[in-house]
Amino acid sequence: MDGQQTFWQAAWIARFALLNGLLATIELSLLSIAIGTIIGSLGGIALQYGAWPLRALLRIYVDTLRGIPVLVLILASYYGLSLAKIQISAFTAGVVALGGFCGAHVSETVRGALGSIPIGQTEAAKAIGLRPFQRLWYVIVPQALRRMVGPWVNTAVEMVKGSSLLAIIGVVELLLATKQVIARTSIVIPFYLVACLAYLLLNFAIAQAGALLERRFSYIKA
Amino acid sequence: MVYYFNFDPVWRGFGKLLDGLALGLEMAVVSLLAGTLIGIVCAHARLSSSALVRRAVWSYVEFIRNSPILLLIFFVYFGLPEVGIYSLDKYQSFVLTLSIYAGAYLTEVFRVGLVSVPVRYVEAAKAIGLRPFQRQIYVVFPVLFRIVLPSLSNNLISLFKDTSLATAIAVPELTFEAREINTYTFRVIETWLVASGLYLATCYAIAFALRLVERRYAVIR
Repeated sequence: MDGQQTFWQAAWIARFALLNGLLATIELSLLSIAIGTIIGSLGGIALQYGAWPLRALLRIYVDTLRGIPVLVLILASYYGLSLAKIQISAFTAGVVALGGFCGAHVSETVRGALGSIPIGQTEAAKAIGLRPFQRLWYVIVPQALRRMVGPWVNTAVEMVKGSSLLAIIGVVELLLATKQVIARTSIVIPFYLVACLAYLLLNFAIAQAGALLERRFSYIKA
Repeated sequence: MVYYFNFDPVWRGFGKLLDGLALGLEMAVVSLLAGTLIGIVCAHARLSSSALVRRAVWSYVEFIRNSPILLLIFFVYFGLPEVGIYSLDKYQSFVLTLSIYAGAYLTEVFRVGLVSVPVRYVEAAKAIGLRPFQRQIYVVFPVLFRIVLPSLSNNLISLFKDTSLATAIAVPELTFEAREINTYTFRVIETWLVASGLYLATCYAIAFALRLVERRYAVIR
């Protein structure tokens, strides 16, 4: 049981490195989900109700970003932005890439949810004299929110998983922190398992939050 | 700011990019096939009468679906030698990981598919005296495949995009080759434009081809 002992010792020594990695992962995920949600809400509304030139532009944005691997987006943003004389850290480049990617996915989710609300709802809202913004805010959005929650949670989980790709451009998040600890200690499997469990817990927490939200918004029966 | 585009270094390495693309596609297709096998077996296990089997498959699916694939790639690539398995090279190790990853997603796809095969088809098959195995092969599977085909094509596309991660263990696929060109020539924008374009074009080609297949096998309603 010598190996066991060494693992716990190594884990104790590495606790701050791993915790900092976990914090960086959480920070990255939260930032990119927040940015993506803001882009996605506006983008989705514009995709559904905007004028056609705006719709066409957003369609290109959404379809392009969804058709390119996240890793390629991250590398392009990491190498490309610095070339455009924009001096940013790997962390920021990663947030830009992940946020943009998340935004494309959320745009599509929002558009789908808004589009799935029966046209009768809009007509009824018009009939009682609501203005366009009011129709959206009081009639369409409350119903659409419930349909968005599921896919939005999936995207959020994808972002947590996607943040691990920043290890490749040298952002010390949970995966790279784990790799560094493994490189120091040569204890491979236990540390990868620890990282797996951490991601698992994080994602389960998001799923739970999503289920809560879904219940919160489910007062409208379909 | 003035930027002079110079695609020459990229075009010189274009053959390598295409080789990388082909390798990525190959790995994606192999993983999809292996993942389909895993998915079909596990979907049946997920609907099994034994709670233990159900619980085990559920753990597999949730564990894989909530872990970042890059972590799984490192896990398999660096972890297997730790337990005495040295026989996998980086290609096999990556395809193994991607298959296990695809299997988890496809388990869910096939489970939903199996549930949505109408019960009366199975009852009719029973009525004409087919044995359980025959019922699966001749009645359930043809219906099942039509139901899951759109999900399969989505999965193939995302698997193809996931092959870009093989660059992390130095498998020479498209992203790896693009990084090489980027590093050696510093034609940053050109390299990533071309690489992104190749990915996009391939994804759309896959989507288009599979849309045709879907239409070919569409259920007539």
